Amino acid sequence: MLELVNFYIIPGLVLGAVYALAAAGVSLVYGVMRFANFAHGDLMSWGAYAALAGVAAFGISPWAALPLAVAATVPLAWGVDRAFFAPLRRAQPAVLLISSFGVALMIRALIYLAWGPTPATYGLGFSPPILWEGVRLQRRHAVILAGALLAALLLHLLLARTRAGRAMRAMADDPDLARITGVGVGGVIRLTWAVSAALAATAGVFLAVDTELTPLLGFNVLLAAFAAAILGGIGRPWGAALGGLILGLAEELSSYPVLPGGAPLLDPSYKTAVAFGVLILVLLVRPQGLFRGMG
Amino acid sequence: MLLDAEGVTGGYGEADILHGVDCRVGAGEVVVVIGPNGAGKSTLMKALAGLVHVRRGSIRLAGEEIANAPAEGMIARGLAFVPQERNVFASLTVAENLAMGAYARPAAAREGSARVAAMFPELLERPRALAGSLSGGQRQMLALGRALMLSPRLLLLDEPTAGLSPKFCGLIFRKVREIAAAGIAVLMVEQNARPALAIADRGLVLAMGRNRAEDAGPALLANPEIGRLFLGGA
Repeated sequence: MLELVNFYIIPGLVLGAVYALAAAGVSLVYGVMRFANFAHGDLMSWGAYAALAGVAAFGISPWAALPLAVAATVPLAWGVDRAFFAPLRRAQPAVLLISSFGVALMIRALIYLAWGPTPATYGLGFSPPILWEGVRLQRRHAVILAGALLAALLLHLLLARTRAGRAMRAMADDPDLARITGVGVGGVIRLTWAVSAALAATAGVFLAVDTELTPLLGFNVLLAAFAAAILGGIGRPWGAALGGLILGLAEELSSYPVLPGGAPLLDPSYKTAVAFGVLILVLLVRPQGLFRGMG
Repeated sequence: MLLDAEGVTGGYGEADILHGVDCRVGAGEVVVVIGPNGAGKSTLMKALAGLVHVRRGSIRLAGEEIANAPAEGMIARGLAFVPQERNVFASLTVAENLAMGAYARPAAAREGSARVAAMFPELLERPRALAGSLSGGQRQMLALGRALMLSPRLLLLDEPTAGLSPKFCGLIFRKVREIAAAGIAVLMVEQNARPALAIADRGLVLAMGRNRAEDAGPALLANPEIGRLFLGGA
């Protein structure tokens, strides 16, 4: 039982938390602007490397560098939107999707140019895990889980309780009706990019803390983030976050040794395919996603 | 004149749907626009609200030119619009929909909800219900309430009784008179032409994107040619 918690549930929750943050960002942009932003993964990588620059320059921890990562990623998202997405605002969704692929490659090229292809780490060092009744929780995992929870809470408060958040939801619901009520499209779009980029940077730093920095860091989880967003009903950030948690847990638990003789259900190398197995299953059974209502 | 639209020409993309439409509404007046399908009634509403491009002509609201002004600025100028379809935010609650009505001037939200609650008491019985879960009639009330939150000078209604039961139609028309009595002018497109003209100060007949007739409501109802062409016989 303890083995299940320590080696499967906790890593599953941590991976799920990263997916949840990434998926919420993807879902937010999809909800407000109606396009699948394939550059989201590379925004994650960009945020992670920006934090690395902060760590290297000031000798701070990656947690302390998180605000720097956000501060570096939000303007990049704004710039990319102004240069590439804004002129295509009325184009077909497929055109925007392909252009976001192009943007993804550009951001990745910038990362290769600045930091090279060699994997790096934040050099967080070792700290003893938190032990409680046999449950072992790495400190970095505790921070990731708490951070993701806090980010989800802030996102919820923004969307549910603030005037700006209501305007974002109104725009996602019906852009013309939102305009009639006086919502400025430009302002909502800028805010949406800011929140989405902040979520991307946070997810990127968390993922890099748990694994290592490579230029493909974010891209490698992009499809899982989309799967989570679709699982939760695309355009619904809360559903996306729950979808992320479910996928993270499903991936880790899929290799739990349940079969006689201690064999896992699936060989761990098939882990990443699990997300898509779950996705296909959900699309067949509940194509509108698992959860209803944006909030 | 509160609203003075002259020679409005425009439509979606290349093709014009409106060909020089004139439309005037005085302060506190109820004006009903009728006409066959495809006459350009809804397009006229959207052009006035800034959602359809006006290629030629002028639209003045209280003397100020508003043709092609951004749609998001209309509510602050005192022009509120209730489209025919998708006129509430389905995924927002009743209370949130009303709050969106006061988006342009949040300070006026409290006073606005009190006024809307007095006019539509049943609306605030379930403030946390999702607008998408309301019945057609309740939705229409919510859409009206949302549009009235900031006490506009002119309210544009696109077929407010479409798909409603006769009981709700009567209620909506009574509310329209109440709204006008409160000093808010109403310009309303209606398929339900007879009862609408009966409560209107004036009626405007559109066909093929052009003005066909304009008269006092009762006079249009009594006009045999209009009756034969646009009111379904009798």
